[in-house]
Amino acid sequence: MTVKLEARNISLSYGDPASGGNLLALSDINLQVREGEFVSIVGPSGCGKTTFLSVVDGLIRASAGQILVDGHVVTKPGRDRAVVFQDASLLPWRSVRRNVLYGLECAGITGRPAEERAAHFIDMVGLRGFEERYPYQLSGGMQQRVNLARALVMDPELLLMDEPFAALDAQTREMMQEELLQIWRASGKTVLFITHQIDEAIFLSDRVIVFSARPGRVKESVDITLDRPRSLKLKRDPRFHALEDRIWGLIQEDGGPPAR
Amino acid sequence: MTALIRLYRGHERLALGLLSMSLFLIAWQGLADGWWADALQRVSGQSVTLLRIKPIFLASPWRIATTAWQLYFVTGEMWRHLGLSAFEFSVAFVAALVVGMPAGLIAGRNRLLSYAADPLLTALSAMPQVALIPLVVLWMGTDVTARIFIIALLMLVPILINAHAAARTIDPRLLKLARSFGASERQVFRSIVLPSATPYLLAGTRFAIGRGMIGIVVGEIYGSSTGVGVMINQSGAQFQTARVFVGVLTIVVAGMALSELVRRIEKRCHVWRQPSLEQA
Repeated sequence: MTVKLEARNISLSYGDPASGGNLLALSDINLQVREGEFVSIVGPSGCGKTTFLSVVDGLIRASAGQILVDGHVVTKPGRDRAVVFQDASLLPWRSVRRNVLYGLECAGITGRPAEERAAHFIDMVGLRGFEERYPYQLSGGMQQRVNLARALVMDPELLLMDEPFAALDAQTREMMQEELLQIWRASGKTVLFITHQIDEAIFLSDRVIVFSARPGRVKESVDITLDRPRSLKLKRDPRFHALEDRIWGLIQEDGGPPAR
Repeated sequence: MTALIRLYRGHERLALGLLSMSLFLIAWQGLADGWWADALQRVSGQSVTLLRIKPIFLASPWRIATTAWQLYFVTGEMWRHLGLSAFEFSVAFVAALVVGMPAGLIAGRNRLLSYAADPLLTALSAMPQVALIPLVVLWMGTDVTARIFIIALLMLVPILINAHAAARTIDPRLLKLARSFGASERQVFRSIVLPSATPYLLAGTRFAIGRGMIGIVVGEIYGSSTGVGVMINQSGAQFQTARVFVGVLTIVVAGMALSELVRRIEKRCHVWRQPSLEQA
């Protein structure tokens, strides 16, 4: 299988105003994500998961190392990647439809083709009929669906998801996890998913990468070989619990419980 | 009776507003015409001059109304004053917007410029600009240009400060979003900066209108013979209190109308906002 994303010796340090010295946030991260793979990164609070995602997106420049997407070096944000942000980050003055169109607009795609694509993905995330609603009129779960549609409509090679369900209540979160898997299966996208929830990572992923505490390093990569398609019942399977225990152990031996 | 109560219930806000306004006007008319003094005299037997106010100190509402009718529809003198003041205000308003909004937004978007502008803006907002009027008169005289300058100066400050604050309070997450989608500087400005700033810009504009109305009166203290401010100042000096009130009311009505206009624009711009208590 072809490699979609490769991180080579990524390190990131930045000046720390408190101590005056340099703070190492990411240390020598090497990882690969294959085409069509769903990979999650979990790790303790402040391990630099989100920072790493920003480096992959090209919003933050690494101090050392390279990010390659389809063999091309990433220097800035590009059309081949799209981010689903942690807080939905919807433009409050735009309707659902126009929020989904936003990325296309930035890329210079407008008119009929853009509208048709937006309509398709609004439908895919189950928001048909809500096109003209404003974000304040939507529940947290619906806002995250818009967030997801806004990324999918860009037809990216790599979907970067930054704890997208963290702010949702438990029931909505589980529902969204199941729906995300369906959408992922239908679209065949490569996904890099950041989360602090171990069960979420296992349920969604082909592989869970465990980061160590600051500075962020790849501690271990755990293959999740559970059958697909998966349903929420899987979370009560003994094999699921075994994986949970294992990842819990990896995170705990590294300095405390996972984030939050 | 029940119909009357129902009518009141349906228009409670309007009814209570009209009631308080009427009571206020009746009390005022009574002071000017000596109703309260007469009534008290009948009760107490003493003359109460304190409650009888001479028209050179305070005109009665009725007298103000008839004077207004005279000035607007008989002699037509008022239109001349209103026309010139409206012209001064409009030019100053446009100048303050054209200078203040871009300058404030640009200063607020650039971190270094923002640091540099901060003490100046703080000083500018703390300073009573009317205190500069003698200087303006010294530099520019008392003609229309000087008046426009004074009005514009007064209007500029809230517009500038609000635009600056607006550009500094943009949600960083939205800026990150735009950058992640590869938006150009121009796209960022149009899609993020401007819409985020709009509520601040409109609030600043509404505030500026009120200050511009002050500018009309103080800017026209000196010189020439035309303008609502001139008319107020001169009538006051000649104890023509009814004319003073006609001028003041003209400004009040103009200011309210302009503020209402901006409020309507605000409402139209804010369909995306959660309805607040105001509309509830």
